[in-house]
Amino acid sequence: MSIRHYAITLSIVIALVLQIMPMPAIADLYRPDWVLLVLSYWALALPNRINVGAAFFTGLILDILLGTSIGVHSFAMSLCIYVLATNYKRLRNYSVWQQSIIIGIMAALYNLVIFWLQHLITDIYFLFDYLWPVASSMVIWPWLFWLLRKVRRQLRLN
Amino acid sequence: MNLMFSSGPSLPNRLALALLLSICLIVFDHKFNGFGTTRVYLNSLVSPLQYLANLPGQLLNASASRFVSHERLFNDNAKLTHDAMLMNGQLQRLTFLQEENDRLRSLLNSPVQDNTRKVVAELMAVDNNPYSHQIVINKGAIHDVFEGQPVLDDKGIVGQIMQVSSTNSRVLLIADVTHAIPVRVARNNVRLVVSGSGSLNELLIQHVAHSSDLKIGDVLLSSGLGNVFPEGYPVATITSIIRDESRPFSQVRATPVAQLDRLKYLLLLWSERTLGDTLDTGITVK
Repeated sequence: MSIRHYAITLSIVIALVLQIMPMPAIADLYRPDWVLLVLSYWALALPNRINVGAAFFTGLILDILLGTSIGVHSFAMSLCIYVLATNYKRLRNYSVWQQSIIIGIMAALYNLVIFWLQHLITDIYFLFDYLWPVASSMVIWPWLFWLLRKVRRQLRLN
Repeated sequence: MNLMFSSGPSLPNRLALALLLSICLIVFDHKFNGFGTTRVYLNSLVSPLQYLANLPGQLLNASASRFVSHERLFNDNAKLTHDAMLMNGQLQRLTFLQEENDRLRSLLNSPVQDNTRKVVAELMAVDNNPYSHQIVINKGAIHDVFEGQPVLDDKGIVGQIMQVSSTNSRVLLIADVTHAIPVRVARNNVRLVVSGSGSLNELLIQHVAHSSDLKIGDVLLSSGLGNVFPEGYPVATITSIIRDESRPFSQVRATPVAQLDRLKYLLLLWSERTLGDTLDTGITVK
């Protein structure tokens, strides 16, 4: 057993930790959706290993960690990863900047679906501040893409 | 080359399954509160991740406290000694007043106020979920924390325990949209219900008649009516009152007394009633 077997799981765990890490209130507003980004990369790179099932389970863990009703994040996560995993061939050919726009749209979908589900459960109302993670996710994507591709090539994951 | 999705259901079917399962879980969790006790185990299961996420902050704090200057420690010590003197002075008076109050209460045949047990807890994590305001503290079921337990800081009421796991627990802040707390105005005992607004420094007071006697700056104390929070702890101060006669109620906003955005140490309360309850259940279990 080597790190090759755990690399994907490890990257998802790191993303989960980054997602819940305490931050000052100002930086908190701009926190990228780390888990969504990492899962998106793996769904595009290795759609035979990471797809809806993994997204569903990661979403469940996120629900428990964030204290939301169980099922909210798993719903949004499976939906977004499904869209990416069905279009992986086309999306792989895009330049990293075009991908980053697609990821922005996915992050917006993700955040809006979560907002919408939470809105059904409790009566929260919408603030535009809730969409800052979309912008930060778009900015972070090219760097994360480069990093994870390097990891994937080094470990020859497929 | 691996064939895509060579085993198991196809991708659209997987999606349908995942979405259906998610919706079932949401309904099961929210409508029927189906994960009541399971949540404790689930929370304990993921708590290593929470400790891991908390580690960098803790290391930073530890190194910061290691490099505190001598002068700063000296000043802090002087200030704390000074504060302790003042507090002790007030405490002498307090015991006297408390005895007097108990005596007067027993004369009036009203119940004597509870003694409470307090434990200091430390903030572990703040949820970055923007739709709800919850925090995680480092005391859990092994410290006798229970669901619905009141949580305070040094200024006022912070919230109540929402989920307990074995070594940590989750606190719902009073600023959360789903939270409401019964209060009374310190000045004239008008009873109100303060609910969260979703923003950390604002609380809403709903269903206030136009004629009710409220002023900006009024302090709201917990009234103890909901049997969750003990009586007489400060909750909020009124910041704005809009008396628009075209609306059925006046719009009253308040700001929490506790500094919800800079919590560090918190107090957990056990009243005599809840202590008795746990004792009773302990006996019945035996």
